[in-house]
Amino acid sequence: MSRLAAKFEALAKAGRKALIPFVTAGDPRPDFTVPLMHEMVKAGVDVIELGVPFSDPMADGPVIQRASERALAHKMSLRRTLETAIEFRKTDQDTPIVLMGYLNPIEAMGYADFANAAQRADIDGVLTVDLPPEEGLECSALLKARGIDPIFLLAPNSTDERVKKMDAAGSGYIYYVSLKGVTGAGHLNTADVEHKLQQIRANTNLPIAIGFGVKDAATAKTIANIGDGVVIGSALINKIEDNLDDLDLAKQEIITLLASIRQALDN
Amino acid sequence: MTEKYNMPDERGHFGPYGGIFVAETLMPPIQELNEAYQRYLADPEFIAELDADLKYYVGRPSPLYHAERWSRELGGAQIYLKREDLNHTGSHKINNTVGQALLAKRMGKTRIIAETGAGQHGVATATIAARLGLECVVYMGAVDVARQSLNVYRMKLLGATVIAVKSGSKTLKDALNEALRDWVTNVDNTFYIIGTVAGPHPYPAMVRDFQSIIGREAKEQCLEATGRLPDALVACVGGGSNAIGLFYPFIEDKSVKMYGVEAAGDGVATGRHSAPLCAGRPGVLHGNRTYLMCDDDGEIIETHSISAGLDYPGVGPEHAWLKDTGRANYVNITDTEALEGFYALTRMEGIIPALESSHAMAYTMKLAPTMSKDETIIINLSGRGDKDMQTMAKREGIEL
Repeated sequence: MSRLAAKFEALAKAGRKALIPFVTAGDPRPDFTVPLMHEMVKAGVDVIELGVPFSDPMADGPVIQRASERALAHKMSLRRTLETAIEFRKTDQDTPIVLMGYLNPIEAMGYADFANAAQRADIDGVLTVDLPPEEGLECSALLKARGIDPIFLLAPNSTDERVKKMDAAGSGYIYYVSLKGVTGAGHLNTADVEHKLQQIRANTNLPIAIGFGVKDAATAKTIANIGDGVVIGSALINKIEDNLDDLDLAKQEIITLLASIRQALDN
Repeated sequence: MTEKYNMPDERGHFGPYGGIFVAETLMPPIQELNEAYQRYLADPEFIAELDADLKYYVGRPSPLYHAERWSRELGGAQIYLKREDLNHTGSHKINNTVGQALLAKRMGKTRIIAETGAGQHGVATATIAARLGLECVVYMGAVDVARQSLNVYRMKLLGATVIAVKSGSKTLKDALNEALRDWVTNVDNTFYIIGTVAGPHPYPAMVRDFQSIIGREAKEQCLEATGRLPDALVACVGGGSNAIGLFYPFIEDKSVKMYGVEAAGDGVATGRHSAPLCAGRPGVLHGNRTYLMCDDDGEIIETHSISAGLDYPGVGPEHAWLKDTGRANYVNITDTEALEGFYALTRMEGIIPALESSHAMAYTMKLAPTMSKDETIIINLSGRGDKDMQTMAKREGIEL
């Protein structure tokens, strides 16, 4: 069983919800990420989504775009993101890591080389935003053969047919994009999410993590209770952006926010 | 490559290129678009409405003009210009926007978005949106807003909202990113009119089909004027819509050579260019697999060209396929050479070409002298140079 499957199973047994932070590797500096990941684990996160910086992040809002730009300014790359994961694994063999990014860096590395490198880095899941299952079976098969979960997205306008497709193609969990829009958008409607989740649950038994537009502990709690976990990204990256001249403070604010969400989720 | 050309396949693949590489939220609207497109393509009423628009609104057919003086001067092949510059709004772009806007109307979409580089596609979109009474938002890189200010003004006059995109390299690719972000946010009422033969399937095939009126007319006109098929076709390639529009109806005519002219900027060797087919490699961007300008890590490289319309790191997937199969040749022309092409056509024929089209003119100046006087070249004169007057005057040190 993969770390992700085991993690979600354990959480379900304990009646808890997964808290999944997203941070872009190397934002704002390469040496910031690994210590932050360890601190986040201490604050009670369950899975870490590690963003692979890309020059043209088409599905992301301005906050995560700028995170990519800051990381790329330090020559961050897919290769160095994998090195970041290796560094983290030296002292944490338990927390699942999911790489989240766009396809072109993987294309440039080559699917087989990427799958091997991800396995060496002990990566647990890979979510490629612009690789739907229609085009992604080759890459997914290589990942699955190495015990890595290919994670797919579902959206508010996804049909039953597509839910079934993701159920067949994906493993680990499904990432439900809670709104029509980009990451960090401000129009999340929890009633809509609740309604949609019923349709999704009818067609898959995979755990469902919900993200896009989650900004605070209260929303996180509501959303997490609808699904099996909540992803929070732009709200964390905002803390980095607001404190670029004091990164200790940035880290502290991220941890404080995550701790408050953890508390809200568990109460 | 088989004798019968039948690309793309039903999933939008041109060999290894093309396809649908988008985030999940865009899958349903793309499916909806593809279904609508297939349906209306076979609908005589739709085709009749499109044909009428092309005739009475766009002003088609555009002439095939024999540039006799320039041909004599170059001393080789007879040069014919396909005068897309004479279309309403001044370029080939309107052939496609008319088609997609009719589709949008039939699909019940009330809001149109577009990306634009030089502004020609933006103007063509704003134009048709005005005529159909649709809301129109055009995304344009901040760098391009500055260098194509005349077109920005035209779009605003036509009632469009022009949004200057300040992310990334602030050019065409970033405008496309931003348009995709808009589409994902407003999928229910919004139709995204992509201006080139890129993007996820069905865009590359659909834009090609709307633009192939250029090649169909040119073929007929050439037969009428010379009694035979042309020997060579020349067109500039940014995303590649005017080139594919000219090439497509000739693909099965093996005697017709095809030359796609990419922008070499400061020169391909300098790395400061926009020539992915000549100097890039396959990758995935903006919904399709194609040749791209990217580094070893897969990050997209900033491109350079004097012409905003060619300043793009990718290229339509069908061009990638035509390159790999050897059916078309892809060459490149520097900024300096393009300017020579610009001045040559202006002074020899009294026709001021767009800087994009000037790349095709410049390549023809190399090609024509290597051919005989009884051979024929058709160049796609894809746009007129009015929009470039400020750029050119500035280069000459003149304040307008």
